[in-house]
Amino acid sequence: MKIQTDRNSGSGDKVQEHWKRRTEKRKKIKHAKELIRIYLLTTVAGCFAILFLMPIVLTITNSFMSASEISANYGKVFATTDTGGKVFISEKVNLKFIPDMVSFDQYITVLFKSPEYLLKFWNSVILVVPIVAFQLLVAAGAAYGFTRYRGRIKEMIFFVYIILMLMPYQVTLVPNYLVAQWLHILDTNWAIWLPGIFSPFAVYMLTKYMRKIPASLMEAAQIDGAGEWQIFRKICLPLCKGAMCSIAILIFIDYWNMVEQPLILLADPEKHPLSVFLSKINAGEIGLAFAVATIYMVPPILVFLYGEDYLVEGITYQGGIKG
Amino acid sequence: MSMKINKQNKIRYAKEGRKTGSNRRNQKGKLASTIYLLPSLIGVLLFFVLPFLIVIYYSLVDNPINHQFVFLDNFIMVFKNAAFRQAAKNTLIFSVTAVPLAVVLSLMLAMILESKIRFKSQFRTFFLSPMMVPIASVVLIWQVLFHYNGTMNELLSVFHMDKIDWLNSSYAQVVLVVLFLWKNLGYNMILFMAALSSMPRDILEVAVLESATPFQIFWHIKLRYMSSTILFVTIMSLINSFKVFREIYLLKGDYPYDTMYMLQHFMNNTFGRLDYQKMSAAAIMMAAVMVIIIGILFLTENYFGKDVEG
Repeated sequence: MKIQTDRNSGSGDKVQEHWKRRTEKRKKIKHAKELIRIYLLTTVAGCFAILFLMPIVLTITNSFMSASEISANYGKVFATTDTGGKVFISEKVNLKFIPDMVSFDQYITVLFKSPEYLLKFWNSVILVVPIVAFQLLVAAGAAYGFTRYRGRIKEMIFFVYIILMLMPYQVTLVPNYLVAQWLHILDTNWAIWLPGIFSPFAVYMLTKYMRKIPASLMEAAQIDGAGEWQIFRKICLPLCKGAMCSIAILIFIDYWNMVEQPLILLADPEKHPLSVFLSKINAGEIGLAFAVATIYMVPPILVFLYGEDYLVEGITYQGGIKG
Repeated sequence: MSMKINKQNKIRYAKEGRKTGSNRRNQKGKLASTIYLLPSLIGVLLFFVLPFLIVIYYSLVDNPINHQFVFLDNFIMVFKNAAFRQAAKNTLIFSVTAVPLAVVLSLMLAMILESKIRFKSQFRTFFLSPMMVPIASVVLIWQVLFHYNGTMNELLSVFHMDKIDWLNSSYAQVVLVVLFLWKNLGYNMILFMAALSSMPRDILEVAVLESATPFQIFWHIKLRYMSSTILFVTIMSLINSFKVFREIYLLKGDYPYDTMYMLQHFMNNTFGRLDYQKMSAAAIMMAAVMVIIIGILFLTENYFGKDVEG
């Protein structure tokens, strides 16, 4: 068809030739306009990207500065920094992208000489990993329960879960505190673990996902003689693998970042995770702070680089709360 | 629309109920499926629901030893508390400015990324990365930027403007909004991108054929179709806006500048004094306000999105 019209216009009909040129010209203008628009939008996006990335990049590059360089550059900011009058403190604050001299001193100090930072890092790991693992485990069962044999009562319970999920920490921390006190687990890791494990967030997400599995699949298995455990283990869990990865990432980010819970539930600063401790870093060790901050960023960034698509999928699933 | 679905569900449940009633094997399965639910249910009851009921009880008695029923006295006491009022006011101002900004800006970013620009997936990664970075890690850079002798003021002095004490003046709220947007825009953007890409193509094509302007398409079609996503983004931004306490605490500790004193500070400091009545009453008030706000948002969305399938 296309070849034929080309041939026709090629045969030399003047009017057709004229129209063809005109439409081509219009197309070109339209194309140029489109191109300009794309370039403009890309520039806008680029500006945003720089703003978004700058703090992260700065933290990382600054972690390669020597202690004296940091106190020289930022001494004014962290005014309590005691340099003993030996180090020159610039009158101005020099925010630098690239250190004058790349040094790994800070990392060596953090990793090998002052164990307290690593201890706090370990605290974070110990607090977060069980929550991620067991919240998923509990949620998998609960989601299955909510998916099979739906009824009025289950829908009502699920609604309560949604309401609980939407409550900010300011509300849920008071009940958590009371229970922790009642069970005598205040000031222990259990005070953070248990509410975290039973948090309704993963249940809500997984239930939404599992309900999208066609019921006919489970019914067919049932007719073939599969029990509940087999349906759960052989049909639901394998189909939810991707969703569970997404949810695991979301839980991990949330708890790796926690500040409110340890402040209230763990009175002993020794047990605090690095997310809280970092702000209390000694003024004299401000040079170390950037290195510690960078080390603390590493796990979530690795998770992000490895599982960005899972994360995006997870966020997408979170949307559409009505469904 | 939703009423109709409810009715259908009801009919379906009723049918299922009849079926299960007549079939012993199904009855057994129903019981078994409930067992899967039990661990979570017990946990939620023990750690959230029951203590919440106790909190309600505490908010209504004079103290945990006397158990004298005082009805609304605790609420009035909390409400008259100057610190609570300050905290509630600050939190309200912050949420009212930050949440709409977060919704509009992230929608804008999503629209930019959904048009045919280059490096789309890279931009998505860049915009999403602040979500991954722990607040504690970037707080140092915020301090360098917004200190009185910090980089922002250096920039201002280039333009011969007066220095601003960002973190210790009424500008503190501005800084907080910036930090909040930095952290949350990427997350919201992903939600909007998902909504935009699942928009029914045929309707958009018909609109183009009917020579609708891009603005008309955006206003009358895209926004209508995204109403449930806008609702969700608003709710999530609202919840996240309460978490800005983290930034403030890591920047300024327990007692920041007046305009940065949030409800979470009030709660923390009340925890410190173990004043159960105050704490409980404040928590109940917040819960009630949250339920009311979310309810209003749902009703608004129902009103605007009722004639749209989705």
